[in-house]
Amino acid sequence: MTIPQISVFLENKAGQLADITEILSENHVNMRAINIAETADYGVLRLIVDDASKASSILLEQGFILTMTPVVGVAVPDTPGGLSKVLRVISTAEIDVEYMYSVFGQKDGQACMIFRVADTDGLAAVLTKSEIAMISGEDLGLH
Amino acid sequence: MERYYQKEIETADREQILAWQNERLVKQVRHVWDNVPYYRKKMEEKGVAPEDIQSVEDLHKLPFLTKDDLREAYPYGLLATPLKDCVRIQSTSGTTGRRVVAFYTQHDIDLWEDCCARAITAAGGTNGDVCHVCYGYGLFTGGPGLNGGSHKVGCLTLPMSSGNTDRQLQFMVDLEATILCCTPSYAAFLAESIHERGLRDQIKLKAGIFGAEAWSEEMRQDIQNKLGIKAYDIYGLTETSGPGVAFECSEQTGMHINEDHFIAEIIDPDTGEVLPEGSKGELVFTSITKEAFPLLRYRTRDICVLTRKKCSCGRTHVKMSKPMGRSDDMLIVKGVNVFPSQIETVLLEQGYQANYQIIVDRVNNSDTIEVRVEMTPENFSDNLGKITEMEKGLVSALKAMLGIYAKVRLVAPKSITRSEGKAVRVIDNRKI
Repeated sequence: MTIPQISVFLENKAGQLADITEILSENHVNMRAINIAETADYGVLRLIVDDASKASSILLEQGFILTMTPVVGVAVPDTPGGLSKVLRVISTAEIDVEYMYSVFGQKDGQACMIFRVADTDGLAAVLTKSEIAMISGEDLGLH
Repeated sequence: MERYYQKEIETADREQILAWQNERLVKQVRHVWDNVPYYRKKMEEKGVAPEDIQSVEDLHKLPFLTKDDLREAYPYGLLATPLKDCVRIQSTSGTTGRRVVAFYTQHDIDLWEDCCARAITAAGGTNGDVCHVCYGYGLFTGGPGLNGGSHKVGCLTLPMSSGNTDRQLQFMVDLEATILCCTPSYAAFLAESIHERGLRDQIKLKAGIFGAEAWSEEMRQDIQNKLGIKAYDIYGLTETSGPGVAFECSEQTGMHINEDHFIAEIIDPDTGEVLPEGSKGELVFTSITKEAFPLLRYRTRDICVLTRKKCSCGRTHVKMSKPMGRSDDMLIVKGVNVFPSQIETVLLEQGYQANYQIIVDRVNNSDTIEVRVEMTPENFSDNLGKITEMEKGLVSALKAMLGIYAKVRLVAPKSITRSEGKAVRVIDNRKI
């Protein structure tokens, strides 16, 4: 139950992010989550959008460099300690989290976190065992 | 009063200089013909025999030598004496693929050191001086050349080599150095350090001899003011011996070429045609006294102007301007020769495409080099750590190839400017 994530190479210069969001908006692609990791010179923009294949082909056409990665959506109780409980479960299972970030808004008192791990199946198994709900692409309104 | 190391040579009249050149050139061409099959073949291909060269007037008949020849003939192909007669090698900065090795007999070293001694004397050096040499020692010609020249003048020589600023300044102060020899950028750096540490009153420097890289008149003024010295330029290249091929005198309006050892020509870099005095073109040297590594018509790729205008210092040897540029794509960064093709090789090896741009600048009197390279789909990852690791790998591969640190900047694909379909490879922002 993974969610497709688009990662785009961003040079640190004015207007790069505006360009990408404009291109997506012109093509009626809706963003569900966004995250940027950066150094002084460049960054990686990570996106969850409603139509990943459409968004990626448009961005490729425009000359951007991108890669698609499967990530896992995890429902986190929107209360103090909600995230730490989830993280403890994952770390106890010795699954390394490469990075994580949150999805816009929440659903039924649950925040949604996106996790990128090498062992996606392992993470799914651990979450299921600990009765932590995963969030599907459908839940996020992905086509 | 102007001082000379070899007055009768340095102030000889034009006829005398020409007589030396004619006699030595004829002898040298014969020496090369007899001992360097590589060049003999080049002469034969051009249909020139030693008998065709009777004087400097005939020089233009000889074929050129280029850095490519030196690489092709590496290591012994241009050697003109038996190895047992050689006592030293020196080599250019750069990498294995681009390295040039030059050989010296003891006589060659002697003449080279004489040239450096002329430069030190022209800068006011005497046996009462303390000469602080912080050019690199080793394969690089800077340290050994000035060191030898300093000995010949009789200066107390401080063979400091480069680096370790604390030690440089301590010796400079404690041993009361009066003449400083290094690259102009290192001189500017030392001047800055002296200023910061409030040592200006404790230094006894009166002159500096700075070469191996391009520097501007503004930089000269800056160094002169900060150190309270006169700053002299010096020129040379490993292929012809090292520093001291030409040097500045008190007039500071160009460098006297040691014409008793080198014949200088200015040519059109495109056609190879010899240009009249005063024209701007590529500098070509013929070494007429070297025994082990005598290069005939070696193309330096440096663009400059020659002048025989009378010099107030009394020296009669022709003067060359500071090099104004290059006729090839070689860059000199921090005194090190850098070819864009070397950078291209590294990029391709590291899985990048040959889409790059080299930006050279001078910040606080020190050269900087940045390589902009376009990100490729293969090298991209959603994991930033993986990208920075690849970037670090590229930085160390460039360091290994060039010998100096180059900053790497990963840029978006197709973001490097292309003019008329051809990429602009080098942007040199240095004001020289």
